[in-house]
Amino acid sequence: MLSVTGVCKVFPGVKALSDVDFTARAGEVHALVGENGAGKSTLIKVLTGVYQPDAGEIVHDGTPVRFTTPLQAQQAGISTIYQEVNLVPLMSVARNLLLGREPRGRLGLIDFRRMHREADEALCGLGIRVDVRRPLRELGVGAQQMVALARAVAVDARVAIMDEPTSSLEPREVRTLFDVIRALRERGIAVVYVSHRMDELYEICDAVTVLRDGHVVHTGRLADLERLRLVSLMLGREIGEVRSEGLTRFTGSHHMSAEPVLRAEGLTVRHQLQDVSLSIRPGEVVGLGGLLGSGRSETARAVAGALATSSGRVSVGGAPVRTGSPPAAIRAGISMLPEDRKAEGIVPGLSVRENIALAALPALSRFGLVDDARIDRIVDTFVRRLHIKSAGPHQKVGELSGGNQQKVLLARWLALHPKVLLLDEPTRGIDVGAKAEVQALIDELADDGLAVLLISSDTEELIEGSDRIVVLKDGAVVDELTGDAVTEDALIRAIAAEPAGTHHD
Amino acid sequence: MTDLTLARGPVDRDRLLRLLREYGVYAGVVALLLFNVALTPHFVSAENFRTQAVQVAPVLIVALGMALAIGTEGVDLSVGSVMALSTSLLSLYLGYGPWAAALVAVAGGILVGLANGTLIAFLGVQPIVATLALMVAGRGLALVLLPQLKDVRDPGMAALGSGDLLGIPYLVLIAAALALLVAFVVRRTTFGRQLLAIGDSRPAARLAGLPVRRVLIVVYICSGALAAIAGVLATARLTASDPTSLGTLMELSAITAVVVGGTPLSGGRVRIGGTIAGAVLIQLLTTTLVKHDLPPSWTQIAQAVVIVGAVYAARERGKR
Amino acid sequence: MTTETTETDTQPDTVRRSTEEDGSPSRAERVSALAQQHGALVTLLVAMVVASLSFDTFLTGDNLENMALSSAFLAVVALGMTFVIVTGGIDLSVGSLFALGGVVAAWGSQHGTTVALLLPLMVCGLIGLVNGVLIARSGLAPFIVTLAAMLGARGILLAITDEGSRTYLVDKDSFFATLGQGSLLGVGVPVWITMALFVLGAVVLRRTRFGQYVYAVGGNEDAAALMGAPVARTKIAVYTLSGLCAGLAGALNAAWLVSGVTILGSGMELEAIAAVVIGGTLLSGGFGFVSGSLVGVLLLKVIQNIINQIGSLDSAYQQVVSGAFLAGVVVAQTWLGRRRRVL
Repeated sequence: MLSVTGVCKVFPGVKALSDVDFTARAGEVHALVGENGAGKSTLIKVLTGVYQPDAGEIVHDGTPVRFTTPLQAQQAGISTIYQEVNLVPLMSVARNLLLGREPRGRLGLIDFRRMHREADEALCGLGIRVDVRRPLRELGVGAQQMVALARAVAVDARVAIMDEPTSSLEPREVRTLFDVIRALRERGIAVVYVSHRMDELYEICDAVTVLRDGHVVHTGRLADLERLRLVSLMLGREIGEVRSEGLTRFTGSHHMSAEPVLRAEGLTVRHQLQDVSLSIRPGEVVGLGGLLGSGRSETARAVAGALATSSGRVSVGGAPVRTGSPPAAIRAGISMLPEDRKAEGIVPGLSVRENIALAALPALSRFGLVDDARIDRIVDTFVRRLHIKSAGPHQKVGELSGGNQQKVLLARWLALHPKVLLLDEPTRGIDVGAKAEVQALIDELADDGLAVLLISSDTEELIEGSDRIVVLKDGAVVDELTGDAVTEDALIRAIAAEPAGTHHD
Repeated sequence: MTDLTLARGPVDRDRLLRLLREYGVYAGVVALLLFNVALTPHFVSAENFRTQAVQVAPVLIVALGMALAIGTEGVDLSVGSVMALSTSLLSLYLGYGPWAAALVAVAGGILVGLANGTLIAFLGVQPIVATLALMVAGRGLALVLLPQLKDVRDPGMAALGSGDLLGIPYLVLIAAALALLVAFVVRRTTFGRQLLAIGDSRPAARLAGLPVRRVLIVVYICSGALAAIAGVLATARLTASDPTSLGTLMELSAITAVVVGGTPLSGGRVRIGGTIAGAVLIQLLTTTLVKHDLPPSWTQIAQAVVIVGAVYAARERGKR
Repeated sequence: MTTETTETDTQPDTVRRSTEEDGSPSRAERVSALAQQHGALVTLLVAMVVASLSFDTFLTGDNLENMALSSAFLAVVALGMTFVIVTGGIDLSVGSLFALGGVVAAWGSQHGTTVALLLPLMVCGLIGLVNGVLIARSGLAPFIVTLAAMLGARGILLAITDEGSRTYLVDKDSFFATLGQGSLLGVGVPVWITMALFVLGAVVLRRTRFGQYVYAVGGNEDAAALMGAPVARTKIAVYTLSGLCAGLAGALNAAWLVSGVTILGSGMELEAIAAVVIGGTLLSGGFGFVSGSLVGVLLLKVIQNIINQIGSLDSAYQQVVSGAFLAGVVVAQTWLGRRRRVL
């Protein structure tokens, strides 16, 4: 139905897709899986006309095509359902469903009765019953997702691409979604299904394509692929593979004292975290394991006060920290390097110097006046210690490379002398040299007695960097690997473990 | 990663645009000065420069506050009404002496700024809308307090309005001092840095633990206070309180000065030097047109064109 | 110009809560929706009842006629503004366009009624079109573009009236003048025209595909684009429409005053915005209705009338009250909007 061959897509400094072949067949649900940065979203964007491939061709319905806008792809029968509902929440369900295709009566005015009937029929055809006159926003997220789906397939869709459609759905809603997907499959529609939830993949998908670092590493029938094998394909590590020496700059374990400095207990954020507890001792690097969407970043954000929790306690050195307030967490000595460096980390228009001094400003000023000499000293120290390469301290951070931006952020937090450092994907999207430097630095900081929480999609980095790994799945702690058990083997098994009490067919 | 050869053309255009954004306003001022020196009779005289400077002073003071608000990715439309409110309060309390009256007037501006800031920082109202509401209410309040024009007969006020020090009018000195103060605050204080960080990337500022709400409130208080000072000075110069017309369209002039001066509407940057040049540019433009017997209508049209041009030039940056 | 959104952190939490309630709107939600839709109408009725009980002169034919006429012109401007605000934009140029339209119409009335009506529509529509193109195609902020247009239009107005010193007169006996001064069944012609325009506006906004696009663009611009709505064209159309409405209102006003008065319209943009917002239209876009704007205009005029009736109060109180009203409504909307986003 829809296939791509030899597709390449290069972004400055990154080859997002290299020589990718992918085929979605009519009447088949095809899973597209891979970790962060594997190239899934790039591939979807190529398929839906958001990006143009640098090489390779797209064949739709037997003819080569070139989509320059998402609209063209849509008109050709390729519909996409995004993770977030892309509808207009304040308009009614029927109006959303039929926007631009409203049935019109005399005088070219919209015939509401027919519109509501048609909308109702379209939804009923997918087994969904809602009052189509109600504003979309009054529906639950799941129902909204269904409307998006109905809209997508109503436009004579031949291919439906679903990007993590279940990430915000209730279990009951997931069931309805799956019924709809099965109905689509029977109608001969090709479905491309992107998800990180193992159980769902095995329930609904017929075929699978695994992407890693922009390459297709596996494609075939999903039923023929064991869960363990799928996880190891995604992570790029073989079960039982002998651990190779020194691929990362981590030196191994650290000396640590016995009393934890950070204690987080029972962190719960509705539908994101379920009773997550962890503690870190000074000088210890604790890794957070799990697939994308398992609650790793949410745990870090909850500890750092950037995500409001419905229950749970955080304490540093025995003193309780008010949750839900970044300033309170920072005052208590918790610093977080956020996952989205560009949007939430750097202040791109300010200079290297100002970015480094930003969080520590109150301490670096007298009577509200900035003490430039002290800032210069601190900036100088960190620029040298972290090897920050820039045209000078007055260069804008937005102009630096990813690795140097990350080092600037690290410097911002280290200038505060934190007790706990939460690192969310500290080496993502930065070049190899800077990566090694950052890894070495993490080691060094732990040796200096800092408590470090490390989140990384790079399994190797996680295994070798951490003294202990807490494994998360669906927002809850499922396992903890300590000592000699900190191996890829154990991590993959812990992630792939089927939840107790459930079985798949 | 589109073809490198293709990329070169836009790069040169980008650089040109950037230069235009950075220095266009100064070039404009110099060009207008040269034009006037060469072609306008009686332009080069101390008296003329004095007049120009006195006229530009209130706009400049208001523009300073506006620059701060725009630096946080906001805007303050209530400044003109604050000027009117300030002149009304000044007239009402003049009986207690000029100093006390001026203080009350500035306190009024601070209160309006506090209201703006609270609506924006705590209630999450868009800055345009919040300040629009206070723009309407502020002017009304000014008129309620002082229904029509009233002469201000106070020697202190008169001295403030027309006196000078070493030949430089007090008004100009005050405007210059305030400009230096605001430039100092933006560059050298914690508050200034925090303001820029908040305007540039609000999520990053929040995660870095900055007091986002407090900074926003203080910004709008500053803007209100500066507008009130401008109101006091304008009253002193006119020796009359006219709450009906004082400060009308002031928000527009101030925004123009700030935007023409190269401060992007998308926040994260405050250019005080540019703002001063922007205010001077608009003033010179008006003078040039007037001195060459072109009617005020031309001034307004020219100003409109300059605003759109400046925003258009600054557009790329906004899309970052 | 985003505002701080600490509340987004708690969002997913509440998202779930509403789904558990089977997606049906909570009682608070229904009440707030009702308040949004009918709050202005209820306030208007209460104000009118209070006014008619307090002042004998309120419910007289003359007074009502006067209020209706003075509301008519603002209402036409507010009609165009409603479309703009529903797309999430704002049009600050309408006050100047109103004055410009009046002057151009008065000038054109020398050449007959057709010219007197078409000329202001063309001039103001063109300025609206320019606004729309700059906003939609160049991505400039609506408020700054229309601010510039406000200034530019005022400049054009001064330029064609010898710097405001010349007032063009409308021949009292011409058909054009009856458009402003005449009455039908005891109701002024401008009032009839306004009512007709509101019916038309309501039909366009609710019952045409263009209307759907207006809501979609304001409700979620990215989604609208993905759903195939012509976003840029819709935006250009609403600013043009707003210009047309302002021009027409100005023309009718000139016909009523039988002259093109140059000093009109300053501050009218604020009144129009206030009326639209008080009428329940969300300033952030995507929600609103023209009937609400009509109610908003009437409410503003009734308040003005009451303040005039009190007599001892200065008319400036009206501005204080409108400003306070606007602030109150906007705070309520933001609060409701927060709930809405959360739901």
